[in-house]
Amino acid sequence: MSNEIHVTIENRLGLHARPAARFSQLASRFASDVWLIKDGKRVDAKSILEVLTLACPAGTRLTIAAEGPDELEALTALQVLIETGFAEYD
Amino acid sequence: MTEKMTEKDNGGMLHMKGISASPGVAIGRVFVLDRRNRRIFKTYIAEHEVESEVQRLRAAVQKAGEQIQAMLRSMQDELREHIAILETHQLMLKDSMILDKSIDMIQRKMVNAEWALDHSLNHVRRLFGHIQDTYIRERIHDVEDVVARIQDILSGTQGIPMEQHTNPVVVVAHDLSPADTIQLNRKNVLAFVTEMGSRTSHTAIIARSLGIPAVVAVAGVTKYVFTGEDIVVDGITGDIFIRPDEDIIAHYTDKQACYIQHRQAMLLQSHLPAVTADGFSVSVQANIELADELDVAIASGAEGVGLLRTEFLYVGRNDLPSEDELFQAYFECVKRMSPKPVTIRTLDVGGDKFLSSLPVSPQTNPALGLRAIRLCLKEIDLFFTQLRAIYRVSAFGKLRILFPLISGCSEIQQIKVHLNSVKEQLRAEGIPFDEDVKLGVMIEVPTAVMMADLLAKEVDFFSIGTNDLIQYSMAIDRVNEHVAHLYDPLHPGILRMIHRSVEAGRLQGIQVGMCGEMAGEPAYTPIMVGMGLDEISMNADSIPKVKHIIRRCNAGLCRELVNRLLTACTSQEAREILEDFLSRYLPDERQLTHPYLCDAARH
Repeated sequence: MSNEIHVTIENRLGLHARPAARFSQLASRFASDVWLIKDGKRVDAKSILEVLTLACPAGTRLTIAAEGPDELEALTALQVLIETGFAEYD
Repeated sequence: MTEKMTEKDNGGMLHMKGISASPGVAIGRVFVLDRRNRRIFKTYIAEHEVESEVQRLRAAVQKAGEQIQAMLRSMQDELREHIAILETHQLMLKDSMILDKSIDMIQRKMVNAEWALDHSLNHVRRLFGHIQDTYIRERIHDVEDVVARIQDILSGTQGIPMEQHTNPVVVVAHDLSPADTIQLNRKNVLAFVTEMGSRTSHTAIIARSLGIPAVVAVAGVTKYVFTGEDIVVDGITGDIFIRPDEDIIAHYTDKQACYIQHRQAMLLQSHLPAVTADGFSVSVQANIELADELDVAIASGAEGVGLLRTEFLYVGRNDLPSEDELFQAYFECVKRMSPKPVTIRTLDVGGDKFLSSLPVSPQTNPALGLRAIRLCLKEIDLFFTQLRAIYRVSAFGKLRILFPLISGCSEIQQIKVHLNSVKEQLRAEGIPFDEDVKLGVMIEVPTAVMMADLLAKEVDFFSIGTNDLIQYSMAIDRVNEHVAHLYDPLHPGILRMIHRSVEAGRLQGIQVGMCGEMAGEPAYTPIMVGMGLDEISMNADSIPKVKHIIRRCNAGLCRELVNRLLTACTSQEAREILEDFLSRYLPDERQLTHPYLCDAARH
């Protein structure tokens, strides 16, 4: 049974190359499986390429799902990353 | 373009034509830097070989990672913008879509690592092909770069073996990415030939900055030539000859010698000041984009940088450069040019260059939209970062600031308010700067010409940007093929606008320069002299030729020429007046003032 959270991509560029890189990098630090879900399409959040192909411009609503020993930590960390706009000036 | 499929087989000479991107003639051996047309063979492996094949792939990925790490470590300061690219490559290298998928395929289908990897890449290509966002879609080239590196290691070709090349070669490629050029041992490159590109692409800029010939946009060239074959590259005309016969080699050996001789003769005199026979002097400066170009600019006799374009620092990335990054870039130019002045133009994007870091909503007519100074005055943080960096550098050398797309006095007044805040900030922070940095405006909007007398009271110098001035005054979009032929610097209306701007500057006692393409055309040099321009700034390449022409001119006669041009009714009439002047007073310089000037160098 996995846990999920809903987020909205706020930073102006959306999940562009660098935010996508940071996102997949962070997801990879957790032992749990992590997925990114958009309009029913589900990709491996640990893969920068899969995250990029999801093509998420600003305003996209996404679901992050995680399953595994540290699923809640993973979800919290990824939520913070997205909600702080990837701590990037853009 | 002559492109005959069969000739590769019989090994005969093949002539192809592209766009000349950097002048010069090269004759040498080809080195094909070819990723796209790599042949990958499918081999089935036995069950007991599966594990070792997976290990082979893992080892190659590991090694590729080490190579990228080594590049990151050895990265020179000026290439910092590439660091982010390489870091993304590191992530892609170990991405499950590449690595896990390939391993899975080796195990399930029992095929070789190369084939599995290629299959994974094609899968990613298909997925990326559906992405609408151009910027993200183009990241596929990064994935291709990364996979090519792994393939090179698997096949034993070991990345780009240019480092190991001891003999100079002509690099032939589909396209050269910034990551490729980082790795090339530039001293061993005789010329570049690419299938993609334009005069303003990365390869062209690098080639010009290194002073080596380049021909770009040669469709399909990598299909017709192999590493080790002979090639002749004429960067003056854009011709290339693969497997040249003796006649061609003899002809181009001659042309090369003539070009070098001509170039050296020009360079020998390039440091002499540009003073006319009757003592009128013009400061001839360089338009540059990269610090890389400074060496060629200085060697060509540039008396300063008349236009430092800063857009290069912003494009091709998805974030904005920091103040420190800008400081370093400007500092490098100012320091190396010192004590000669550097004119830094603030960001000029939005018309034909766009930033992914600063998306503006689509505009029906971007040339007339939110661009250049308008964008800077709207995105004030963007403007402040530039101004702070520029002022910080002003403590270390001579620089001036040039503002693009000024249409009248109100923009200057707004700019000055911001400049005062920047200065106050710096003072409060105890950062030293030059209080009297000279400020200038581009004269490129017709209303700026009409307001030139009043603008001249507000600023220290003018720089006439002919490219945009012509486009805006004549209502011609240069890239629109239906009207591009109407674009003409010799239109009497344009000549009058230039004249009017120079006169307005002269009355106020400020310096007037020109930095558009017109300034670098030797045939127009007598007009520049006759107009009384104080400075002209151009691509480094043109500097020796233009200085040479100035030394052959008589300013009094040039003023008469301008007076006559100002009475012309049509471009045609103006052209006849100029032609008459050139053949009467500068008959010996025809090879320079002829439109295909470099080609004449062979005689």
